[in-house]
Amino acid sequence: MTDLLRLDHVTKLFPVGGFFSRRSMKAVDDVNFALSADKPEIFAIVGESGSGKSTLAKMMLGNEVPSSGQLSFDGTDVAAIRGRAAREAFMAKVQPVFQNPFEAFNPLTRLDEYLFATAHRFLGASNRGAREAAADAALQRVGLSLAEVRGRYSHELSGGQLQRIAVARALIPNPKLIVADEPVSMVDASLRMSIVNLFRDLRDELKVSIIYITHDLATAYYISDRVIIMQKGKVIESGDARTVLEHPTQPYSIALKGAVLPPDPAAASAIIRGRQVVA
Amino acid sequence: MHEVLSKAKKTAVAPKNVLTVEGLKAYYINEHFGVRREVRAVDDISLTVQRNEVYGIAGESSSGKSSLIKTLAGAIRPPMRVIEGSVKFDFGGQSIDVYGEPEQLKPARWRHLSYIMQGSMNVLNPVRRVKHSFHDFAYRHMGLGGAAFWSKVRQHLERLGLDPDVLEAFPHQLSGGMRQRITIALATVCEPEFIIADEPTTALDVLVQQDVLGLIKDVQARMQASIIFVTHDMSVHAAITDRLAIMYAGRLAEEGATQALFDNPQHPYTAHLIGSLPRIGDVRVRKSLPGKPPALSDPPSGCRFHPRCPLAIERCSREVPLMQPSATGGRVACFRAGEVVAA
Ligand SMILES: Nc1ncnc2c1ncn2[C@@H]1O[C@H](COP(=O)(O)OP(=O)(O)OP(=O)(O)O)[C@@H](O)[C@H]1O
Ligand SMILES: Nc1ncnc2c1ncn2[C@@H]1O[C@H](COP(=O)(O)OP(=O)(O)OP(=O)(O)O)[C@@H](O)[C@H]1O
Ligand code: SF4
Ligand SMILES: [Mg+2]
Ligand SMILES: [Mg+2]
Repeated sequence: MTDLLRLDHVTKLFPVGGFFSRRSMKAVDDVNFALSADKPEIFAIVGESGSGKSTLAKMMLGNEVPSSGQLSFDGTDVAAIRGRAAREAFMAKVQPVFQNPFEAFNPLTRLDEYLFATAHRFLGASNRGAREAAADAALQRVGLSLAEVRGRYSHELSGGQLQRIAVARALIPNPKLIVADEPVSMVDASLRMSIVNLFRDLRDELKVSIIYITHDLATAYYISDRVIIMQKGKVIESGDARTVLEHPTQPYSIALKGAVLPPDPAAASAIIRGRQVVA
Repeated sequence: MHEVLSKAKKTAVAPKNVLTVEGLKAYYINEHFGVRREVRAVDDISLTVQRNEVYGIAGESSSGKSSLIKTLAGAIRPPMRVIEGSVKFDFGGQSIDVYGEPEQLKPARWRHLSYIMQGSMNVLNPVRRVKHSFHDFAYRHMGLGGAAFWSKVRQHLERLGLDPDVLEAFPHQLSGGMRQRITIALATVCEPEFIIADEPTTALDVLVQQDVLGLIKDVQARMQASIIFVTHDMSVHAAITDRLAIMYAGRLAEEGATQALFDNPQHPYTAHLIGSLPRIGDVRVRKSLPGKPPALSDPPSGCRFHPRCPLAIERCSREVPLMQPSATGGRVACFRAGEVVAA
């Protein structure tokens, strides 16, 4: 039985001539975990800003190659996928939702073109009707419609709308794995719940596994099956999401959980005052 | 009036409106094949922001938060147009009527006012090292010699939890949260009197976010500056705003002292926002608001919230509720204000 996704001692070094002196730095340091092919799950990655989460996501998508260790998808080493056909087949199965939708979409390309291109490329939707149907169906799943998006450019939509379009685009090829890097950072609590509930439906109904990278511990707790907590490239704590987030054991995880701002002005502003240097 | 009083108690500085917005309407107007389409993203908004005050704006995605503050910052471009109303700043003697004489704001912008756009980590020039951005944006305004300037910048970066060596990096070598902090550093290092920030902490982990909010508060307190802080994150509003405005479909639904708004929401939409926050330890299935956010090109008649409002009555679909003083000392636009029970 093969794993859907498997990471063995995955490490990524970046050469940093000039920047942080002339050493190389370990953006990702010996990361190991596997997602089973039979049991789709939502796997959360949380942790420090700069701890290597996005770098890990890029390696899963085949956009960066591990410096050492192995990352395989469906039993195949992702770094060894060669040739256009094999690469396209891989990309159809593993779809990204990138951090910061303002960067993910080129301001000069119409947003519907992204959706049509994805439908064309991965579904072989060759006529206009099929492309529009696929785009509209995906947009409906995230609470939008083709009518609202048609002909518009990224600067014409709000942050939350763009973030949902990014999720919709990833749904079009019917992937097996979605790698979502901060997919809800710019949406309000209500939409955030509808997007994470959508992830849950995708897992339960369509058997899609989801890598959910987030700074939002509350939604990670709410929908994830497992979680890893990262700091400085390393996984410092991992396990069942409810257990880890309710009872973290490592100092950093405990600090992280303790730092979630309470939705209460007196308590929350006292925390921030404590962080100020001058009063 | 009550706002002015409570502010005076708190700061002991004579309360003064640094920003006065009256009846502001700003629409996106597109004409396609002779069909005119208006998106009424800012529709009749009046508000004031005082010196030494952090004013928050919350609301669901696409409710018009970014459109509103873009208009306040004088940063609009076609197809957005100001239809009616005014935006006036008063920086101790120097007053600026943004849509009266727009060219005036330009020199003032970086000295008095800094504006952090949503998703602005991509304003960093991708082919230049970060230090050049600091030189371009901040050097002129700070009146410091080279060495003093760079030492101030490095100190400021450290306070945001960044290694000052990031100055030598190119943007693509930095994580999302690192870039977001750099844009905050750029906007605050010259200690402006007015900061307008649109979702500036979305890419940060909660620990770093606290440091960043602490730094923003510091810069604000030192300068007795004013801040307009836009975020959908109610906990961030709880942490740093003095007053909070709730926006719904291009209009203000409610405004008041942050504590009062959390304790006693007067508008059903505010009550929903506060009642639906997820918390660790609580796995109840959260329902989102029924229905979809309204299309601002064709907003619902009467109260724009009526198709989704649990308290809606017949009158709500006919008449537009205007902002009125609320029972908790703020303002609210609802015919049944105060009848809400937290969801
Ligand atoms: N192309 C690159 N060249 C050099 N260093 C890089 C490169 N990409 C990332 N890094 C470094 O690797 C580290 C990890 O970055 P990464 O983007 O993976 O962090 P992250 O966990 O996603 O952070 P955030 O939560 O802020 O998005 C950072 O220190 C970053 O500066
Ligand atoms: N250039 C434009 N042309 C037409 N419509 C636009 C344009 N820019 C924004 N809009 C529309 O105006 C409405 C308000 O958008 P705005 O960006 O102000 O929302 P927001 O409250 O900041 O949302 P978010 O929290 O998702 O960032 C949205 O429906 C958006 O699609
Ligand atoms: S005016 Fe009516 S519809 Fe609008 S919020 Fe109040 S009760 Fe609801
Ligand atoms: Mg990242
Ligand atoms: Mg916005």
